[in-house]
Amino acid sequence: MLISSQKLNPKIFDKDVEMQPIRKGFGEGLLAAGEADERVVGLCADLTESTQMHLFKEKFPHRFVEIGVAEQNLATVASGMAAMGKIPFISSYAMFSPGRNWEQIRTTIAYNNVPVKIAGSHAGVSVGPDGGSHQALEDIAMMRVMPRMVVLSPCDSIEARKATIAAAKTNTPVYIRLARDKTPVITTEETPFEIGKASLLWEPHNLQGPTLYTRSDLVGRVGIIVTGSLVHEALKAARQLEEIERVSVSVLNLATIKPLDVDAVVKLTKEAGAIVTVEEHQKMGGMGSAVAECLAGNCPVPIEFVAVDDQFGQSGTPSELVAHYGLDAPHIVQAVRKVISRK
Amino acid sequence: MTIEERKIFALEKKANQLRQIVIEALVEAKSGHTAGPLGMADIFTYLFFYALRHDPKNPTWEERDRLVLSNGHICSILYAAMCSAGYASVDEFKKTLRKFGSKFQGHPHRDFFPALETSSGPLGSGLSQAVGMALAHRMDRGRSSGRFFYCLMSDGELDAGNSWEGAMLAGKEKLGNLIAIVDRNNIQIDGFTEDIMPLEPLVDKWRAWNWHVLEIDGNNIWQIDRAIQEAKSIFNQPSVIIAHTVPGKGVPEFERKYEWHGKPPNREEAERALKALRSLGGKITSEHQ
Repeated sequence: MLISSQKLNPKIFDKDVEMQPIRKGFGEGLLAAGEADERVVGLCADLTESTQMHLFKEKFPHRFVEIGVAEQNLATVASGMAAMGKIPFISSYAMFSPGRNWEQIRTTIAYNNVPVKIAGSHAGVSVGPDGGSHQALEDIAMMRVMPRMVVLSPCDSIEARKATIAAAKTNTPVYIRLARDKTPVITTEETPFEIGKASLLWEPHNLQGPTLYTRSDLVGRVGIIVTGSLVHEALKAARQLEEIERVSVSVLNLATIKPLDVDAVVKLTKEAGAIVTVEEHQKMGGMGSAVAECLAGNCPVPIEFVAVDDQFGQSGTPSELVAHYGLDAPHIVQAVRKVISRK
Repeated sequence: MTIEERKIFALEKKANQLRQIVIEALVEAKSGHTAGPLGMADIFTYLFFYALRHDPKNPTWEERDRLVLSNGHICSILYAAMCSAGYASVDEFKKTLRKFGSKFQGHPHRDFFPALETSSGPLGSGLSQAVGMALAHRMDRGRSSGRFFYCLMSDGELDAGNSWEGAMLAGKEKLGNLIAIVDRNNIQIDGFTEDIMPLEPLVDKWRAWNWHVLEIDGNNIWQIDRAIQEAKSIFNQPSVIIAHTVPGKGVPEFERKYEWHGKPPNREEAERALKALRSLGGKITSEHQ
C-alpha cells in the first residue's frame, strides 16, 4: 500500500490522474531558483522551449545565454561563468549534453570543481517518435561514473521542480535527468524531497495495519528500486503483485542515484531478501548497477534488472516503446516472479 | 602609453630567468613539454610582470584580471611565472614538478594549486571558459569595468571544434574585454601544423567570427606590449593576438624542432640549454662559466 507519510497524489491510480512532463518541473524549478538567487543563470543550446528553460529566459533575459547548437561550448562557457560566482544551469537533450560534451563536463566542470547544473532532457525511450538517435539510454552511466557529480532522476514534474531548486543550493556539479513525455503526477507539494535520500513509496500491507493475507498465504517478498519516469509503472506493478499475485512488495524511489542512499537500499534489501531494479536506461552501468555495486559489498541477494538490454531505441509511441523494451508494469511483475524463484 | 625601454630590458631578463627555471624543473621532472613553455616565456613574463592586474598574496582578489591557460601542457611556464611572482615557491616548483602530491601537476589542477584560474589539459576548451568568465562579468559589471580576461591557447588546439564554438559566441556577444593569445609556433605533437591540419588563413578565420585580429612576433616584448594595449582599446569586439613564437626559444638546440614539443631535456641537454640561456645564445660570456 502507498505510504501515507509520503503524502502522494491521492489520484495516483485513477484514470484521470494529472499528467505532466517531468521536464516541465525543471522549467518551473529553474524559474523559482532564479527568483531566489540572482547568481542563477541559464544557458541553452537551441532547445530552450523543449527543455522548458523558456520560463527562465522570459523572466530573466539578461541572465540567459543562447549558445546555439554547440553543446561542448554550452558546458565550457558555463564552467567559466561558474568560476565567476554564477550558478549556471545548462540544458539540452541528454543525448547531446552530457552525450556530446562528456569530456568538457568532466574536465571543465567536475575536475575543475565548479557548480554547474546539467539538465539532460528527453532521456529514455519514452522520447517516442524522434527515434533512437534522440533517446538517451546511457546518461546515468556516463554521469555517475564521474567523481564529484551528483546524479538526480526525479519521478514526476513536482519532484523535478524540487530537485532543481535543491540543486541550485548545492556547491557541487549536478546532473538532472528529465523525460519528455507526459507521465502521471505521483508526488505532491507536501511529499518530502532531499538530495541523497531515497523515499519508500509503497510497503506491504502485512507490515502496516490490517493484513491482506496471512503470512503463509504470501508467495514472496521483494523490494523494487525504481527511478525517474518508471516509478508509476513500478507502483502499478506493486499493486497488482500484492492484490492479485500475493507478493509482498516495497517500492523505493531512488530520485538521487548518486550519492546513493546506501542505508535505505540496504535496509530494504535486508527486509525483502530480493531486489528488482527498474529504470529507463541501459542495464549496463545504470541505476541497477549502482544498486548491485552497493549490495555486492553490503547484502548480496538475487537481483533482476528491468532496463534496456544493450540495444538502441527506435520510433514509436512512448507506451509502445516502454512495453517493447520490457520496461512496463507487466515486465516488472515478470521480473518480480523471476527474482522470487531465485531466492 | 608606450612601454619604456628599460622596462623592456628588465622583462627580457625576467623571461630569460623563467626559461632557466623551466629547464631546471623539467630536467628534474624527467618528463614534460619543453618547446611551448620556452616559446611563450616572453608573453607570460609580460603578462605576470607588467600587464596583469593581480595580487599574488591574494589569489582570489575579486578585482583581478583572469588568465586562462587553455593548452595546459605548457604549464611549466605558467608555474614558473606564478612562482616567480610570489604565488608559490620557485624552489618547490623546480623540485616537485610532475611528482606525486605536488602543487605542480603534469597539467594544471586547481585541487593541488588553488591559485590557478582553471584546471586544464584536454585541448580546445579554455577559450570558452574565458568567454564564460567575461560574459558573467559583464552581467554583473556592464561593458566598461576595466577588467580583462586573457586566454592563452596553442595553434594546434585550433583543430578542435570547441575552440571555434567559443570564438563564435565571443564574436556574437562582442566581448571587448576578452583577449585571446594564440601561440602560433607551427608545431604540434605529430609534426608541423600545416601538415597535420592546415590552419591558414588563420587571420581570416578569426576575422570571420568578428574578432579584432593582431599578428605579432610573440618573442618581442615591445610588439607584445603594442598588441595588448591595442587589444585593450578595442571596445566592441574580442581581440585575438596571433603571436608567432619560436618553439624552444632561447636554446638554439631546441628551437623550431617539433620533437621538443613533448619531451624534457636530459642532464647534458639541460646543462647546454642553461649555458645557452645564460650567455644569450653565445652573445655574452656566461656568468656561470
